Amino acid sequence: MSSFLVRRLAAIVPTLFFVSILIFGLQQLLPGDPAIAMAGEERDPSVIAYLRGKFHLDEPLPVRYGYWLKGVLHGDLGESVRIQRPVTELIVEKLPVTIELALLAMAIALAIGITAGIVSAVFKGTPLDYAANVFALWGLSTPNFWLGILLILLFAVKLGWLPASGYVSPFENLEQNLASMIMPAFVLGNAFAAVLMRHTRSAMLQVLSSDYVRTARAKGLDERVVVLRHALRNALTPVITLGALGLGELLSGAVLTEQVFSIPGFGKLIVDAVFNRDYSVVQGVVLFTATVYLALNLLADIAYFLVNPRMRS
Amino acid sequence: MATTATGLVAAAAPMPPEASPARRALRRLVRRRGAMVGLVLVVFFVLVALLAPWIAPHDPLGTSWSMVRKPPGAGYWFGTDEIGRDVLSRVIWGARASLLAGVVSVCISLMVGVPIGMAAGYLGRWPDMLISRIADAMLACPFLILAIALAAFLGPNLTNAMIAIGIAATPVFIRLTRAQVLAVKVEDYVEAARAVGNSHLRIALRHILPNIVAPLIVQATLAIAAAIIAEASLSFLGLGQQPPAPSWGSMLNTAKNYVENAPWMAVWPGLSIFLLVLSFNLLGDGLRDALDPRHG
Amino acid sequence: MTITSRAVRSILVLVLAAMLPGAYAQTLRIGLAEDPDVLDPTLARTFVGRIVFAGLCDKLVDIDASLKIVPQLATSWQWSADNKSLTLKIRDGVTFHDGEKLDAEAVKFNIERHKNMPGSNRKGELAPVTSVDVVDPHTVRLNLSRPYAPLLAQLADRSGMMVSPKAARAEGEKFGAHPVCSGPFKFAERVAQDRIVLERYPDYWNKDAIHFDKVVYLPIVDSTVRLANLKSGQLDLIERVAPSDMPAVKADPKLVASRIVEIGYQGITINLGKSELAQKNPLGRDPRVREAFELALDRDAIVQVAMDGEAVPGNQWVAPTNSWYVKDDPVPKRDVARARQLLAQAGVTNPAFTLMTPTTSDAQRIAQVVQAMAKEAGFDVKIQSTEFSTTLDMADKGQFDAYVLAWSGRADPDGNVYSNLVCKQPINYAGYCNADFDKDMNESRSTNDPEQRAKLFKDAVGHALKDRPIIYLFHRHLLWAYTNKLAGFHRVPDGIIRLQGLRLG
Repeated sequence: MSSFLVRRLAAIVPTLFFVSILIFGLQQLLPGDPAIAMAGEERDPSVIAYLRGKFHLDEPLPVRYGYWLKGVLHGDLGESVRIQRPVTELIVEKLPVTIELALLAMAIALAIGITAGIVSAVFKGTPLDYAANVFALWGLSTPNFWLGILLILLFAVKLGWLPASGYVSPFENLEQNLASMIMPAFVLGNAFAAVLMRHTRSAMLQVLSSDYVRTARAKGLDERVVVLRHALRNALTPVITLGALGLGELLSGAVLTEQVFSIPGFGKLIVDAVFNRDYSVVQGVVLFTATVYLALNLLADIAYFLVNPRMRS
Repeated sequence: MATTATGLVAAAAPMPPEASPARRALRRLVRRRGAMVGLVLVVFFVLVALLAPWIAPHDPLGTSWSMVRKPPGAGYWFGTDEIGRDVLSRVIWGARASLLAGVVSVCISLMVGVPIGMAAGYLGRWPDMLISRIADAMLACPFLILAIALAAFLGPNLTNAMIAIGIAATPVFIRLTRAQVLAVKVEDYVEAARAVGNSHLRIALRHILPNIVAPLIVQATLAIAAAIIAEASLSFLGLGQQPPAPSWGSMLNTAKNYVENAPWMAVWPGLSIFLLVLSFNLLGDGLRDALDPRHG
Repeated sequence: MTITSRAVRSILVLVLAAMLPGAYAQTLRIGLAEDPDVLDPTLARTFVGRIVFAGLCDKLVDIDASLKIVPQLATSWQWSADNKSLTLKIRDGVTFHDGEKLDAEAVKFNIERHKNMPGSNRKGELAPVTSVDVVDPHTVRLNLSRPYAPLLAQLADRSGMMVSPKAARAEGEKFGAHPVCSGPFKFAERVAQDRIVLERYPDYWNKDAIHFDKVVYLPIVDSTVRLANLKSGQLDLIERVAPSDMPAVKADPKLVASRIVEIGYQGITINLGKSELAQKNPLGRDPRVREAFELALDRDAIVQVAMDGEAVPGNQWVAPTNSWYVKDDPVPKRDVARARQLLAQAGVTNPAFTLMTPTTSDAQRIAQVVQAMAKEAGFDVKIQSTEFSTTLDMADKGQFDAYVLAWSGRADPDGNVYSNLVCKQPINYAGYCNADFDKDMNESRSTNDPEQRAKLFKDAVGHALKDRPIIYLFHRHLLWAYTNKLAGFHRVPDGIIRLQGLRLG
């Protein structure tokens, strides 16, 4: 176990290195001079020259990468050219928002997905199974930005039950915070719910027909106990791995959901930064999210080990 | 865009190779109603896309100042858009863009990802480490961000969007292929082939590839569904097919400004995306069940 | 004391308290179309940032709805006889949000900061200012290297905004994170891409005109969502309503729709000298082809279809409703027949060119309509949709044939044309170089006599209309929507939301 851990930790370092090169390279290759994009409508040549000097834009690519890497190793992820604030500050400011959104979405996804998966597996072949499958597929087939706009129109404009957009900190007003997060969390989570449903269903089906469960049934145990205690625990193990991957997924989905609902999280930050050619922001945020993603994967592997005793040897 | 990598990764849990002959699999597929519905819908959309020049009632690019944002009615069964074009014709022609986006992106992912994955799985050691780390690095970046950055780099049009989505989706196929190759590599028939003295390339193509094709097909089908949504997402951000050429994604992007006063502009392209993606998902699920009966 | 007298006393206290100005904690919530950039008047460069500055930073002078210069921090001003220096009298008793006095020294500090700070975006606007003299604590004199008529208009914008010297010296580059100005509200909080919160400054010199305790600016990029927020009551006022949403706003009894013609313009810039592409492009080569292109366009239809009627057709850099508009050169009508004739004369019956278009929805609609119209005259227009940042780059390098470009507009007409069309100016993307035109432009800057300037502009307009480096299409309506509980909203063509006089409820 410990050698496994050490090996996995060691693998993270080169991966992060590649992530940094990948995203750095991509940014710098974007057409459009960032100094011109930052310089304002008047495009004053002295301002452009100043910006080019300040952000080392005239130096060759490897040199720029060197400057950036040096900064990263000292904990300095650079500064947003657009609003002139350190990237680390922006991350600290927006992290809780995206985390809350992702956690709520994950909670919704788990609640809906696992329930639907269990129902579908236990009642296989019946209309319930069919309905659960339809729901799953509906979730995977609808563009989330589209769903978001429809929900806003229905719940915010027509019915007035929920706020149309924006974000209120939970420390400021918990009720309003939840009201503003529930639609985006649902939009973000329902596609993942579908994936969870599929996996739970297939894992459950596998386990339900296995010797282990047949023995439990033969022993005369209550069907529900069989399902919940035995089948579910074994079925959940792949779900844990999925959960970690899912968090990375949710960030992808968060990009558009945050745009539509005006939630000031990472997704919105990155998209705006790409379009504004705010390099440091994109590089810093992606590096950060990649690190978190890899760490989560590691945790998931550890959890997988712990939950599944057969793998412990 | 939760569907993409999740949809792709959803099937990436390593599945043992199935040595079932194709005919048995096909019979199982036909018996699954969901998959058949999916297949029929896919065929329907492909036909619509192919026959567009003959079945579209109007020119999809034909503007008409007097017919701006008219609701569905005589002659314009789906209504007209913000500069007076027929929505039905644009939806019909848009099928081409969406189908192309889905299929070409996945082809790119397959053509790049499968050989690389095979190399990683078969060669092992340093090449495997390097490839795996790079694939991990790509997977660690949120899929849509990668696609956005790539599309922005290449320039906003449909071709570049397809390339961007294809490249961003490649690591999943690398991982999947590699896992499959690792599992198959130790099988007796591979060992036997090596003992007989076959070259590595021959082993890879003749013995390994046919036995890992099944999960790849499943993954590819599901990936097409995800890629269609990815194109719509990129268009929503202004990076996919550009107007005036019709594509469901860019039609939705334009329509979002008119949801209250011209909802038909969004209903039909949105519904079309939904149906097309749904059908690929149904088909993919059915294929998975057919090719691996343990999941049935 | 009896119960009744205690009750009466309580009631009296309540009534008196209610009559005190600002007795209720009133918050005004404004929806912006974008997140502003850095809140430092010297470094700022976005239009939407200026809206926030209207609440945060007062300026030396301001403009009214008819674009006349009116006092704000300066109470009066006087040009010298040779027009090479401007003397301003500074208002008495004005303080910055940190309590520092706003006097002539502070003004001098600010002008020098605008001119000298590295990265300052105001250098071009104040280029002719060579030095600032403090005549007395309430009088300041700006000395110019040459006469510069647009100076007052510049001082009505960011170049005239005054920040606290103490805070600026202390914070240096980081000033934008906690700006300290002298406007009606002081900076309280900013969460990037979420909100900017300003709190009432109790010692504001014009505090009687302010009826709020707090102003919150909320950037919401999607216009549908912005309007939804207004409808559901989470916002009180929004800017940049989508033209297609205006009928819905008018129909809603709880909302008020408001519009005014902008001071900017929307046009198509043609590469006629920025790079060698100009010679390869039929439009760039031959003025007859450009004339034919213009004649193929029906501006009324473009406005109707692409902007839902929320614009005014135009053919000059100021709108027909503007006092500087040259009435002798009205907006031409569409004439496809004549267009075809001109093309035949020029020897190109089916000219083809690429129209570079940013991916914003307005520009996309305009480009598509233009493409369809021009086709009827024989033009084969190919739309090249490019991300806005990239279009700037390509325009700078001259890698385009024609470019759909809008200009946000400046109060003085010079600001709408000088940098855009005078030879070798940084944003002269057309590459236009006409010595007579430049002479008119330079002379118009050197005199303060409006009649003389009008004559020079008329001549310049004549050149521009003949050569067509930019084909001006229309001037948008600035569109606002607000709750019917809001009173005192003044429409000014620069699009800035001024908070003086606004009240809720």
